[in-house]
Amino acid sequence: MTMSMAELLTGGAMVGLGAVFGTPARFFVSGLIARRFGETFPWGTLVVNVSGCVIMGAVAAFAVIHGLPPRSHAWLLVVTGFLGSYTTVSSFALQTRALVGDGEYRPALGYILFSLLLCLTAVGASFGASTLALAGAWP
Amino acid sequence: MALTAEKQAATEGRDAAWRRRRRVIIDGVSLYGAVTLGGVIGSLLRWLVALLLPIVSGGLPWATFTANASGCFVIGFYAALTGPDGRLFVGPRMRQFVMTGICGGYTTFSGFSLETFGFLSGGDLHSAALYLILSLMSWLVAVWLGHIAASRLNNWGRI
Repeated sequence: MTMSMAELLTGGAMVGLGAVFGTPARFFVSGLIARRFGETFPWGTLVVNVSGCVIMGAVAAFAVIHGLPPRSHAWLLVVTGFLGSYTTVSSFALQTRALVGDGEYRPALGYILFSLLLCLTAVGASFGASTLALAGAWP
Repeated sequence: MALTAEKQAATEGRDAAWRRRRRVIIDGVSLYGAVTLGGVIGSLLRWLVALLLPIVSGGLPWATFTANASGCFVIGFYAALTGPDGRLFVGPRMRQFVMTGICGGYTTFSGFSLETFGFLSGGDLHSAALYLILSLMSWLVAVWLGHIAASRLNNWGRI
């Protein structure tokens, strides 16, 4: 695809700016939850990913209603930068491997199913509720 | 005389407490700074992957797939390489920079979820299921491969 140098720089600035807020937010929230509920089960990452998906559904509803294209600066800032850096798959995979490595098969399976089910439900429910709130009708 | 010695001891105690507090603050700020810098680098890399990989209409979101799978390999590899039995010794700040920062910023659960939801809401159950299963398998296989590769490297040349 073709892209001018100026577009590349402003796009990169948007993604980077979003990550400046999203990354420490993930570090803070996951650390807070882990300290509060213990580190034997990765509640911190689960809470981060599910809450990120709630915001994702709301942003997607806004994008559909107000026509926010995926290449726009706002999208790069909020979705690619902030939400992209706030949520994480690598920690999820590493924690699942650690649970299996420790012989914690049931928690590992629960973590996988919980993460997938809750995140998809969060995006869907938040998308529906946000569409209802913004447009006054179910999608 | 005794009074000034007492006073001096009190002052030194305050100084030590202040130095300890300052160290805690500096450590915390530099840890957050390292994680944030890593997150910016990881997010920019993920965006570059999205720019470089062509969007195949009707196909699966390969950009997110590629970033998530490769990020899982890297975190599995790095975690084992710098772990307790690892060959590479790095400090906790460096580990957080690479794992929480770069790998965490590079991979995305929200992007994956939105794309899967997109297939579901469009009625394309086949693509949704395919993308979900392929993604989950690739994350777990990648993190395992990374772990195995680093473990091999850790044991290489050791008896």
